[in-house]
Amino acid sequence: MDRKRSYYEDVALFDSKAKLFWFFVLMAFLVAYPHIVPSNSYIYMANLMAINIIVVLGLNLLVGFTGQISLGHAGFFCVGAYATITLMIHAGLPFIVALPAAALISALLGFLLGLPALRLEGPYLSIATLGFGISITKVIGKMQFFGGRQGLHAPELTIGSWNLDTDLDFYYLAVGLTVLLTIAARNIVKTRVGRAFIAIREDDIAAQTTGVNLTYYKTLAFALSAFYTGLAGGLFAFVLRFIEPEMFTLLMSILFLAMVVVGGLGSIMGSITGAVLITWLDLQLRHILTIPYIGDWLRTLSQSWFSITGVSNIQYIVLGTIVVLIMVFEPLGLYGLWIRAKKYWKTWPF
Amino acid sequence: MSFFKVENLSVWFGGLAAIDGVSFEVEPGQVFAVIGPNGAGKTTLFNCINGIYKPGKGEIFFKGNEIVGLKPDAVARMGIARTFQNIELFDHMTTMENLMLGRHIHMKTGLLRGAFLWGKRSFAGREEMVHREKVESIIDLLELQSVRNKFVGALPYGTQKLIELGRALALEPELLLLDEPCAGMNAEEKQDMIFWIKDIQDELGITVLLIEHDMKMVMDISDQVLAINFGRPITQGTPQEVQQHPEVLAAYLGEDA
Repeated sequence: MDRKRSYYEDVALFDSKAKLFWFFVLMAFLVAYPHIVPSNSYIYMANLMAINIIVVLGLNLLVGFTGQISLGHAGFFCVGAYATITLMIHAGLPFIVALPAAALISALLGFLLGLPALRLEGPYLSIATLGFGISITKVIGKMQFFGGRQGLHAPELTIGSWNLDTDLDFYYLAVGLTVLLTIAARNIVKTRVGRAFIAIREDDIAAQTTGVNLTYYKTLAFALSAFYTGLAGGLFAFVLRFIEPEMFTLLMSILFLAMVVVGGLGSIMGSITGAVLITWLDLQLRHILTIPYIGDWLRTLSQSWFSITGVSNIQYIVLGTIVVLIMVFEPLGLYGLWIRAKKYWKTWPF
Repeated sequence: MSFFKVENLSVWFGGLAAIDGVSFEVEPGQVFAVIGPNGAGKTTLFNCINGIYKPGKGEIFFKGNEIVGLKPDAVARMGIARTFQNIELFDHMTTMENLMLGRHIHMKTGLLRGAFLWGKRSFAGREEMVHREKVESIIDLLELQSVRNKFVGALPYGTQKLIELGRALALEPELLLLDEPCAGMNAEEKQDMIFWIKDIQDELGITVLLIEHDMKMVMDISDQVLAINFGRPITQGTPQEVQQHPEVLAAYLGEDA
């Protein structure tokens, strides 16, 4: 049994020496990772994963912890990306100022979107956020100031004298921020604000009668979620060093939501595993037709049963199937699998 | 200035008067019971007091301040806590976390200070520990040690009722509203609950406003009883007086044809 000796251990980041040890192992691995992988594409993949983890943490704070759905997070992602680049090009701000400023702009929009959420729930809220996600990219896409449909090129990325012109440099920035934001999210849900979020999800009447201000915490959850997503968007702008409005589609919003659900609603670790798994699948499934046997079989299947676009969309069909299977067999997502594995090993070998 | 006063309170749902001109006063330190048959408007009265419903007419004063129109969280901050007839707990949280929410209004950690929970000496860390100790004293009082770290959704009904009471106590209220605290309990659990309510009154000095159907319990613990039926007050007085009142008997037992 894990017996606790002080109240602090309930909220401590590392409540045992073993956890602290594995944390350092993980950190060492993250530092070494770019030097042990065989090619640059793995670093690129890790960068995308880090960015998606930040988004999914933010989205999970909203959907999983506070119980408010959003189908418009690609919109915040888009705002973060555009705001970061625009602030750098037009206002001449350095990246280190522009990125948090862009995240704050996104948070402000999140707060505004949170206001209708005070009156809307479930399907109605999802449509309202869907509308936001679609319209914001359309608006930005039509404004010449933001480059219109041609998009924007990212300027040089420097922090002080550190020039981040390779994927490797960017990796350390993205992963460092991801680690910090993960710890912050974990601390938030363990303390007063996070408990208020969960209380609202569980029972909003009881939350109010225990003194939780519904208006404040619901809009705060939206703003916080948008902050995380906007910050991730700002980083994303430098992955391809080019952004255009067509990148931030409804499908992107849905993929973010899929990462949350597959990883596990209301779980920090689930946010990480969900983002990592779906990002990996999304990248790997693009090459699905080159896998021996399965690729040929899928090509034949696609050509005989689907239209001409079938082959190019087969990655989404397979991805969708995997998501359905995970939901059927483990509604709590990957986090649920983890809990089951832990229980199993606790009593092993009986 | 009276401690708690309801004046000429009326609530309409459409054309139906759920509460119709109810007035009463509660002295500090009392256990004040509200009785009446099903649908008499007792829970509606509670919902008006803590701001879930806005009454159509009338006023409610708590320590001299008008509380009609305040939101439920503002009412809670003024020092009024409640439990519900149909348990309203946070099912996917542990007993400890449920009680910690009762401490919400007494804590200060916000988003930033929460995010920077770096060690025992950080603001959030220190505050957590202080309030966990308070919660622990309530766990001791209500003998909830064995379910401290269990998710409340799966616990037995009687235990859930007790945790709800604990959460209300964690707010350190001056006025506690208990909506049928003994509903669905067996005789032994009822006895325990009666003891705890007396403890709350005597040792914690909290004024209790109580809805209850069990007349024996009402007789046992209340100082004053208000009987209502169809939203209208029938009578108010000591338990004995109210019990003898012909209209109360009629409301509960029915009249001769």
